[in-house]
Amino acid sequence: MEYANLKFAGLPLLAWIPLLPLLGAFINLTIGRWFSRGTVHTVAIAAVAASCGLSLYLVFGPLWTAFKAGNGGVGIYQQVYTWIEVGGLKVDLAFRLDTLSAVMILIITFVGTLIHIYSTGYMAHDPRFGAFFGYLNLFTGAMLILVLGSNMLVMFIGWEGVGLCSFLLIGFWYEREDYATAGRKAFVVNRIGDFCFLLGMFLLFWAAKTLDFRELSMANSATVGPVLVERFWGGERLAAAAGIFLFIGACGKSAQLPLFVWLPDAMAGPTPVSALIHAATMVTAGVYMVCRLSFLYSASTTALIVVSTVGLLTALAAAFMAFAQTDLKKVLAYSTVSQLGFMFVAAGTGNWTAAIFHVGTHAFFKACLFLGAGSVMHGMEHGGSQTPGDIRTMGGLRKHMPITRATFMVSCLAIAGIFPFSGFFSKDEILAGAFLVHPPGWPIWYGKILWFGLLIAALGTAFYMWRLYFLVFSGEERSEEAKHAHESPPSMWAPLVILATLATIAGFIGMPHLEGIHLPSWSHGLASWLAPSTAPTWYGPEGGGAIMGHGSDGTILGLMAVALAIGVIGIGGAWMLYGKGPSRSVDKLVEGPLAGAYEASKHKLWFDEIYEASIVKPFRTIATGLFEIVDRWLIDTVAVNGTAYVIGIFGRISRWFQNGQVQRYLAGLVVGAALVFFLASRKAEPTFSYEVDGDELVLKADAGAGLLTKTSKLKWDLNGDGKADQDASGAFYTEPEIRVRIGDVGARVILMLEDPVTRENKQVSRTIELPGAY
Amino acid sequence: MQGQFILPLILGLPLLGAILVMCTPRAEASLHKGMGLGVTIITFLVSLLVLRYFNPREAGMQLVFDVEWIPGLGAHFKTGIDGISIFLVLLTTLIVPLTLLGTQKSIEKHSREFIAAILVLETGMLGAFVALDVFLFYVCWEVMLIPMYLLIGIWGGQRRLYASIKFVIYTMVGSLLMLVAIFYLYVQAGNVTGVYTTELDKLSQVALPQSAQFWCFAAFALAFAIKVPLFPLHTWLPDAHVEAPTAGSVILASVLLKFGIYGFLRFAMPLFPHGAAIWAPVIAILAVVGIIYGAFVAFAQDDVKKLVAYSSVSHMGFCALGIFALTAYGISGSIYAMLSHGLTTGGLFLGIGFLYERRHTRRLAEYGGIWKQMPIFAGLYLIIVMGSAGLPALSGFVGEFLTIMGTFNAGDTFPANFPNYLPYPRLLGALAATGVIFGAIYLLYMFQKVFFGKLDKSRNGHLKDLSGRELAVFIPLCLGIFLLGVFPRPFLRVMEPSVQKFMSDYRIRVQEPDGPAHKYGAMTPVEPMNPGAADAAPAAPTGGAQ
Repeated sequence: MEYANLKFAGLPLLAWIPLLPLLGAFINLTIGRWFSRGTVHTVAIAAVAASCGLSLYLVFGPLWTAFKAGNGGVGIYQQVYTWIEVGGLKVDLAFRLDTLSAVMILIITFVGTLIHIYSTGYMAHDPRFGAFFGYLNLFTGAMLILVLGSNMLVMFIGWEGVGLCSFLLIGFWYEREDYATAGRKAFVVNRIGDFCFLLGMFLLFWAAKTLDFRELSMANSATVGPVLVERFWGGERLAAAAGIFLFIGACGKSAQLPLFVWLPDAMAGPTPVSALIHAATMVTAGVYMVCRLSFLYSASTTALIVVSTVGLLTALAAAFMAFAQTDLKKVLAYSTVSQLGFMFVAAGTGNWTAAIFHVGTHAFFKACLFLGAGSVMHGMEHGGSQTPGDIRTMGGLRKHMPITRATFMVSCLAIAGIFPFSGFFSKDEILAGAFLVHPPGWPIWYGKILWFGLLIAALGTAFYMWRLYFLVFSGEERSEEAKHAHESPPSMWAPLVILATLATIAGFIGMPHLEGIHLPSWSHGLASWLAPSTAPTWYGPEGGGAIMGHGSDGTILGLMAVALAIGVIGIGGAWMLYGKGPSRSVDKLVEGPLAGAYEASKHKLWFDEIYEASIVKPFRTIATGLFEIVDRWLIDTVAVNGTAYVIGIFGRISRWFQNGQVQRYLAGLVVGAALVFFLASRKAEPTFSYEVDGDELVLKADAGAGLLTKTSKLKWDLNGDGKADQDASGAFYTEPEIRVRIGDVGARVILMLEDPVTRENKQVSRTIELPGAY
Repeated sequence: MQGQFILPLILGLPLLGAILVMCTPRAEASLHKGMGLGVTIITFLVSLLVLRYFNPREAGMQLVFDVEWIPGLGAHFKTGIDGISIFLVLLTTLIVPLTLLGTQKSIEKHSREFIAAILVLETGMLGAFVALDVFLFYVCWEVMLIPMYLLIGIWGGQRRLYASIKFVIYTMVGSLLMLVAIFYLYVQAGNVTGVYTTELDKLSQVALPQSAQFWCFAAFALAFAIKVPLFPLHTWLPDAHVEAPTAGSVILASVLLKFGIYGFLRFAMPLFPHGAAIWAPVIAILAVVGIIYGAFVAFAQDDVKKLVAYSSVSHMGFCALGIFALTAYGISGSIYAMLSHGLTTGGLFLGIGFLYERRHTRRLAEYGGIWKQMPIFAGLYLIIVMGSAGLPALSGFVGEFLTIMGTFNAGDTFPANFPNYLPYPRLLGALAATGVIFGAIYLLYMFQKVFFGKLDKSRNGHLKDLSGRELAVFIPLCLGIFLLGVFPRPFLRVMEPSVQKFMSDYRIRVQEPDGPAHKYGAMTPVEPMNPGAADAAPAAPTGGAQ
């Protein structure tokens, strides 16, 4: 192998990237309880930082070389061992670092390191620090497995692993029942998605007999065979079925409609967790997966329409729900859901670069926002607040927390899409992509609808984010606690500054191509970097074509201007209503014309209530019903114990006879004997049967009960004249079964019986009906 | 080949131990427990010798030990193992000492008889796993029953009599019908071959007419389905589990249930391939129903033991589905799922036992916030729960994944004369996969109720975390769960040749034409009804999607 020398301690270097955090987790979760705080911090941060360093080395060393040589899509492939092998299924525990996964591991390890550092300050007073950092490391390791896995099953290890960590960290303060329930809810909703992920995976394996991403993408090429465009579900392609199932999996993980409900509740976890897992990394796993499987999605227009439509609806719905939230972290949570919707629209329009671009910029500014929120809550807690996340009690914090305020403002500008902050470029890429897209089979106007919908969502984003900003930092303090809030320690604000810097400048690697103005090549760096790892064209038997249309300079600049204007309008609106704390007009609007919308937003469109009534309650009822009715009653009482009862009745009857009383035995004897005699004397009437066999007739005597004993005699009268007949030799027919020629038989046959003991005679006569010619 | 002595040795050791224990004075409780532990550990160590002599590349029976037992009947004392049974034997020898170690404190009365019962039970279980003679198998099958009956009936809980009698009668009904079928087969095989024998490999060379196979398989299947337990024959299980002492529950769940699946694989399917093919849709559908039904009902429980008992119904459904999918994935996955279920469910019951020893209740409502008091226990228990819920890289996932994968791909390889072997294989696979969701629901529900929340019941306030002895039980289990999840390939490779042999044998036999009883291959094969079917089937998969 080309990369055989990239090893450390016998294991491939790529394996060490997830392994280092996993080792950190192992140490902190087993013996961490006897460590000091400092040791735990050192172990945890060292593990992630080492992983980050290794990632940087691998990406900018070997992978860079490979990229320059045109092998960025193949990247570095390293196998650890074969995990499962049965029959034709062979799954290697193998990792692939290509240009796509490279972007992800850099984000994960870098943001992860910052958040680990930040957590040392944030969790400084929590007694279970060993467990916390253990889980955080475990999460980082699982997330790295997810993005580095070279086949779907390895990805699934990480996919479920991050779900487990999410469960543990959301329910970290498990003593609060609602927090624990939130963790469980996250896991279960994710599991619904994972179920569909599994189905998609099974479907792909069934069709293509491989789970390796690279081999699957080869199956899309003409050389291996167009498995993915095979017809399935009527006229649809297999890629549509598999793609939609997998996308439902992504909906679970990335909190899209209709499975987004766990993410707002997930804010129960400590804030660094919200930043790392529920904003920067884990929730983007779905977007990553869709981009990873870009070859699959580009083989089905239907799947793409589903992805982009769900993305758009989510972006709009979540933006709407964010308006009326009063909890700092909840607003951020809905904004995350909404931004993830943007990413899915990008992925659903085949604009993979834009999706990953937004994953990256979002990781920076959203992590910064969450950590800033954590800093604010930390400050509020120190001010004595019992509900540190309630934005109604804040205001004026700019005076007390200048650094937090500055970084928060930068991030708010970025998320609102203001030039030149990073969010402007990435969001603009998505919007322009949606505007220009015209995949074969799409209605021509569909891209425009997506574009317009996203514009509205972007307007909402700018508005509610700046509402948040104004409510927290501007105006006067609305509570005593806010007056006593203070800036957080350097371990907390240093990561904020770094993230804010990145949120400012990261956008310049993804600038659009313009014809008139020649931009340096690094300004399109991301697009050319990702190109080898993603599907460039549509796939179809009729041939391929570019997914993305290309606009003229005027269009592109015009779209940018519109997007920028929308951002400014949103911020302006927020300033008018909330610029100096909540204004009177807000109350008027909320109580007046917008009352219904406000309620709907506050109750997140009643999703939880609807699910409670339509799924959770029925599930409980069915479970209890099945147990009480089917299991306890139908099977156990009726079928099982019923059988036993019936048998028991017989047992009781026979027991009645056997109670040891001689009288009863005697009575039984007498009754039994009488019964025997009665049965014996109940003689059945004698008769005989006949049967045609060719031209012969077989006569068979059935003597009935009793009369035809061994000694009784029997004769046959064949012509019905009352006298016994003789055969050719002159002897009487005396056998019980005789065979005679049909011609010898008359219309009536009489069987004559005579008992020599009782001298009783009996005659049985029957009319013989012969079939057919006779 | 060497090593034939091992299997009789591991059968004899526990039995010998039981006899020795019964010879000691009855009051010496710690002596009994020590002896029991010693004997079972020695048995486990001896059973590890199997690995030394077993050749993983060979498909057939190995370490065969064969002596004539009852010449008049043609019964042999014949034992051997292959890739299908080897790990089940090791699972048994591992679980029993762990169980004894974990339940040291909970046996308060008749410790001598208790240990003896467990040891006899171990002999019976091992015998049934290694028996290559139908008569020997039947004897061991019944030998298992009696100690289990005593365990529940004497050392059980409140309704122990009801539960134990229910257990015995349920099992007896099935096994007596199986006995009838064995007799029928014995006579028929004797008529065909001229030699009356109960040896499995000789009996399985005889092809009964399809109608006879239909009934014989039904009789066997009833016995095994009760053991699995398949829906709707499962209602003895919750009662038995709830009333049994911890040791009984653990062994019942970890090992005894496996005989249902194992019986199908070793006896029912090879002996009556046509019968199996006719009944396959019924069993597969019942298995899927069981997966979903068991999960639903588990969720409705308040009693932790009952919850885990119903989870067994759900999990064993995967195993049953896997073997009837008739693919290498399915069968290997089914065996693997049995191993994993043995470890995880054993662990779940042991953990409940630990809690019960401390709190003397199994009601979920009585717990809450235990994590705070017993963090080590909670962490280890979480690993077991997640192993059971099928988290990848833990043991449960591999088995679940492979069985569903096997069902999903079942349509490609149906026997040509049974084109509708499984109806809608992909739909069945998808339905079975919902177990992934439901498993998470009830297991996490239980976990939350016990470990999360406020520590608000005063009696929970001074629970001690696991002792060294209990850790010695839990840590090997958790390591095993990790081992099975992270390194499944060595295990699967040992199974593979035997599984492939099982499938090719089955496939050859099931394609035999119907006719009077004869030896397989003795009748000239009749042309298949639609000749192209065998070739066409893999190329154009049909089934679920249409």
